[in-house]
Amino acid sequence: MMIHLIILTTIVIAALWTIMTRSLLRAAIGLAAVSAALSVMMFRLSAPLAAVFELSVCTGLISVLFVSAISLTRSMTMDEVLQHAKERMRRFWFLPVLAVLVGIGVSFIHSTAAVRLPAPETVHDVRIVLWHLRRLDIIGQVIILLAGAFGVMILFKETK
Amino acid sequence: MTAAAGSLDLLWFFGPFIAMLFIIGFYCIFATYNLIRALIGVELLIKAVTLLSVVVGYISGYTALTQALIITMIVIEVVVMVVAIGIILGVRRFNATLDVRNLRNLKG
Repeated sequence: MMIHLIILTTIVIAALWTIMTRSLLRAAIGLAAVSAALSVMMFRLSAPLAAVFELSVCTGLISVLFVSAISLTRSMTMDEVLQHAKERMRRFWFLPVLAVLVGIGVSFIHSTAAVRLPAPETVHDVRIVLWHLRRLDIIGQVIILLAGAFGVMILFKETK
Repeated sequence: MTAAAGSLDLLWFFGPFIAMLFIIGFYCIFATYNLIRALIGVELLIKAVTLLSVVVGYISGYTALTQALIITMIVIEVVVMVVAIGIILGVRRFNATLDVRNLRNLKG
């Protein structure tokens, strides 16, 4: 439980840093840290395949996407950075307080109602669940991937 | 089948942290003016939902089904992010800004 607490605290602190940091590049790195800590938590909670996906795709690919998008934007001048930092601090100083208050508030919710769980899982292999039982999900994933690929093609089409 | 009290305790242990992650992502979407940072807020919201799914799968014992659903969620998340970043770069190319306050072309 102590390890869980440390990992969860890391996730929340990394998320806060992601939101409150001034630089967009640091925000992208913070998001990668959140994903990495989340994949460790998934591994601890008996979800190793999802953890590998989270680590490779969310920590790797999405971070690369964000960094490449940030590299295509214009960096701010020093005056703009100072002005922006003041304005950001005015809008975001309340966030850590709000997050802690919500966390404390939710920790008081402790239902004693008996929750009925479904019958125990019969198939324990993720591959069988994914490829045989959830076949429609795979078709949906293929369609969404194709839609995304065509969408990006249209967005970046060179106009003559 | 009634859930064991110990397994539900795990949900109450994780609950506050999931709620905090959710609030952080939500606040980011509402308070920021930068489009890339708003997208980062959406990512954090998705992380909170993923963590909740993993915890519920662990408690209910449906780890294989949960993992299959999380893999689907991650694939959809990546496609959404790629298209959203493409749209953001398109917005930047035509308006030379990522600040939502300057995007008033459709203001009617």
